[in-house]
Amino acid sequence: MDYTELGLKAGIEIHQQLDTAEKLFCRCPTLLRDTAERTGEFYRYLRATESELGEIDRAAEEEMKLVRKFCYYTYDTVCLVEHDEEPPTPMNPEALEVCLTIAKMLGMTPAEQVHTMRKLVIDGSNTSGFQRTALVALSGALPDGCRIETICLEEEAAQRVEDETFSLDRLGIPLVEITTAPCMHTPEAVQEVAAHIGMVLRSTGRVKRGLGTIRQDINVSIRGGARVEIKGVQELDLIAEVVRREVERQVALLAIRDELRERGARVDHTVVDVTALFSGTASSILKKAKSVLAIRLSGFAGLVGREIQPGRRLGSEMSDYAKKCGVGGIFHTDELPAYGVTAEEVARLREFVGAREEDCVVIVAAGRERAGCAAEQVMIRAEMALSGVPEETRKMLEEGSSAYMRPLPGAARMYPETDVFPLDISEALWESIAVPELLTDRAERFVREFGLDEALARQVAFSERLPTFEKAVAAGVRPTIAARTLLATCRELARGGVAVGQVSEDEILALLSAVEAGRAAKEAIPDLLTELARTVGAVAGTPRERVDTAIGKMAPAVSQADVESIVRRIVAEREEFAREKGMGALGPLMGIVMQELRGSVDGKVVSESLRRELKHLLS
Amino acid sequence: MEILQAGDRVRYANGGTALTGTYITERDGMAVIKLDNGYNIGTSPEKVELAERAAPQSPAGAGVVVQNPDLPELSIVSTGGTIASRVDYRTGAVTSQFSASDILRAIPELGSIARYRDRQIASILSENMRPALWQELARAAYAEIRHGTSGVIVTHGTDTMASSAAAVRFMLKTPVPVIFVGSQRSADRPSSDNAMNTLCSAAVAAGDLGEVAVVMHATTNDDRCAIHRATRVRKMHTSRRDAFQSMGMAPLGHVDYPSLSVTLSDEAVRRGTGEPELRDALEERCGLLHFYPGMPSSILDAFEGYAGLVLSGTGLGHVATEWIPKLREMIEDGTTVVMTSQCLHGRVCDRVYNTGRDLLSIGVVEGEDMLPEVALVKLMWVLGNERDTERAGVLMQTDLAGEIRRRSI
Repeated sequence: MDYTELGLKAGIEIHQQLDTAEKLFCRCPTLLRDTAERTGEFYRYLRATESELGEIDRAAEEEMKLVRKFCYYTYDTVCLVEHDEEPPTPMNPEALEVCLTIAKMLGMTPAEQVHTMRKLVIDGSNTSGFQRTALVALSGALPDGCRIETICLEEEAAQRVEDETFSLDRLGIPLVEITTAPCMHTPEAVQEVAAHIGMVLRSTGRVKRGLGTIRQDINVSIRGGARVEIKGVQELDLIAEVVRREVERQVALLAIRDELRERGARVDHTVVDVTALFSGTASSILKKAKSVLAIRLSGFAGLVGREIQPGRRLGSEMSDYAKKCGVGGIFHTDELPAYGVTAEEVARLREFVGAREEDCVVIVAAGRERAGCAAEQVMIRAEMALSGVPEETRKMLEEGSSAYMRPLPGAARMYPETDVFPLDISEALWESIAVPELLTDRAERFVREFGLDEALARQVAFSERLPTFEKAVAAGVRPTIAARTLLATCRELARGGVAVGQVSEDEILALLSAVEAGRAAKEAIPDLLTELARTVGAVAGTPRERVDTAIGKMAPAVSQADVESIVRRIVAEREEFAREKGMGALGPLMGIVMQELRGSVDGKVVSESLRRELKHLLS
Repeated sequence: MEILQAGDRVRYANGGTALTGTYITERDGMAVIKLDNGYNIGTSPEKVELAERAAPQSPAGAGVVVQNPDLPELSIVSTGGTIASRVDYRTGAVTSQFSASDILRAIPELGSIARYRDRQIASILSENMRPALWQELARAAYAEIRHGTSGVIVTHGTDTMASSAAAVRFMLKTPVPVIFVGSQRSADRPSSDNAMNTLCSAAVAAGDLGEVAVVMHATTNDDRCAIHRATRVRKMHTSRRDAFQSMGMAPLGHVDYPSLSVTLSDEAVRRGTGEPELRDALEERCGLLHFYPGMPSSILDAFEGYAGLVLSGTGLGHVATEWIPKLREMIEDGTTVVMTSQCLHGRVCDRVYNTGRDLLSIGVVEGEDMLPEVALVKLMWVLGNERDTERAGVLMQTDLAGEIRRRSI
């Protein structure tokens, strides 16, 4: 596709959790919990508040279509603030500092005074019915000339457990939201910008890592299409694909619109009760429904079933709208007969509603009220097809397609959080914010200063173990040993089933120092880590004591004299071989000696001793 | 420079970036601007310039809600507690709603329970309540009952709602429900307890109860409201929805939500019991003193000339021994002194320890198991209606309005 020709405009919003000790507006730890650890449950209803103009925000109103009861899981790491039973504390200064750090790294200008707002969100993910959010800084630059509009500091929402049940452990974790201008024009550019911002965020060393800690929302529009926001893209590698598929969808919807217009298609606003037609049907859904309603879409035949995105049809969009009323989905004649509905039943349905060949008939089956609501929604979505692409908030599906979530929120959804005082960002505070080195710069420095190869340097810089690496190097450990241990060795052990993640940073540092001090050989590191992992919780002691115990067990110290006597014995036992191979015997004999020493001695020491012994023998 | 008004479109620069937004106000030397993305930010006022004058606002949300004439009529008497509010997203202002139409627009389900009349007697925070307003409240409720209302709903800030409810209970005999209701979580939030509490209170007001009660969340869940006797209820938490608790007795009943079915205990007084009667005299020269270890007796000087004083004493009902001479003087000078306990749970008994016996001997009245605040309100009412101190003392120990339990359980 020619994205320039299509007039693609895309922007992203990146949501990144911060790794602070406490939450943004209470003093709870920012700990995620297993739902099995919950200490209780409670439930609430949410209702939209009328605005001054008698309007309810359209996104909020959509959520209100169903009167929903929300259930919340609570934990011993959650307090009354998350329960919406206590006013918030002042904004967590640590979170503000991290946010300002990121703003500074992105070349932004802070607001003179930060005001916390309440943003209405009544999908249940916030117990209060709003999310607290504050605009902290504006207008930053990106390398490719793209612009960042704003950075906001906000509360993370509660995690959905299932349907209307949420877990409160995540609610209130500080989050930065970075919004770019719609300044990207290819799917790849969107992915690159997301990668760059992600790198900047990780450069602070103060953001949470792992699945779900960073989420991208992508805004996409094409010429003649509409702004669509796709929420919750977690994998960076999928971003370009999501953009490609959304462009594809908008192009397809515009083509459908043109064809509908050409055909003179229209939405017939009469809903026909066809329950009786299906009284003897083999379709279990239709059979058990109290009410089956049909909507005739004149001139829509073939288009409702047309694919607009891999795995998605116009009918899927109608179905998403209908689901807001609590129905399971819809049937339409572009896909029937199927699902137990016979060709005869389809023919009778068509006849009953007076559908011509070029018409499509959509049916919904549910209780009377829900079916009526769903039929209404189908007509609304069908009307939209006549005018092209609706502005929507969508959620990403696996593989990068998307489904309708709700209309784009209007501006009418924010008002001040009066329980939190405004905060001044003084010049002194802004000046005091130190800008950390970018991870990309750091990787280059590791190549330069430590002689790491480029790939390893980059790996170290971007690794979660970067802080451990830096501490080790600062303690005098050779960078290559530190890097290989923290990346290669730990990864290999983990792959082999060793719980190396359980070994504390202090123990790893103590181990590396022991190697550096010659108390253990670097070859013994895998065995020692394995032993440390095995004895977590079983063998007590300070990190240094635990490391020494492990060395004593796995690789007892061997003196230089011991090494020499072992080398002498092994060379003597294989004298014939040594004489035959000459210095070429060094490699094979090295293996035998090291095996005997079980890595208690640095290979370099062994190899020197062996070389001396061989020279002596051969001279 | 032109003076900016709320709603004006303004321009200003943040760093090098030109921004437009809506002017909200100037607060603490900072101009507050609502940016077009909905966020407010604060900036130095001199950086802000007018882009376009605000268009005059059309009157908000007009339109009267049509009520069902076949339903019973309830009266909503508001004192300032917010049961409905409206948010102006343009400026972010949250305004309280008091008219029946506004309340019905915000909580439409109320319309299927009853018709409503509204009467606003005050618009204050409940910490600013005072006995004169309790009297007005009692008179307003009495007038509504005389008018033939099926029930009265009093909306009230929660801080002192229990005292107001108790005061009305002493002043007013009512054959219909008089229900106090408030909300612990602000009415602008989608999670507010206002709607559920109000719906439950309307269900009780239209129901079979025949006394003054407080109706509020029973638990942190949106599952039921408890109905509390006005003279036995206390706010026991600063912020939780279920802050109101019946003390020393079970609630009078509960309302299930969302079914709004009302269950009353045997003890609840039923609709139609007795005739409406108002005795609204109060003696305001009454005080309540919370004793603490080491509190100097000179503090009592502040109550000189008072007709009554309730002590919130320690444990079974004590104050320091050194207070006794001064208390004796006060009692001799005609002050009725009533002892209650800061334990809140349990009954005062000044016959167990020496200090208690001394207090009794100088004429301190044991306040039984009355809550200190209720004892104060009662003392005002008793002394407002009974000048004889001896008879007043007897009345203080007599259950007049469900404030004293015969037995402690």
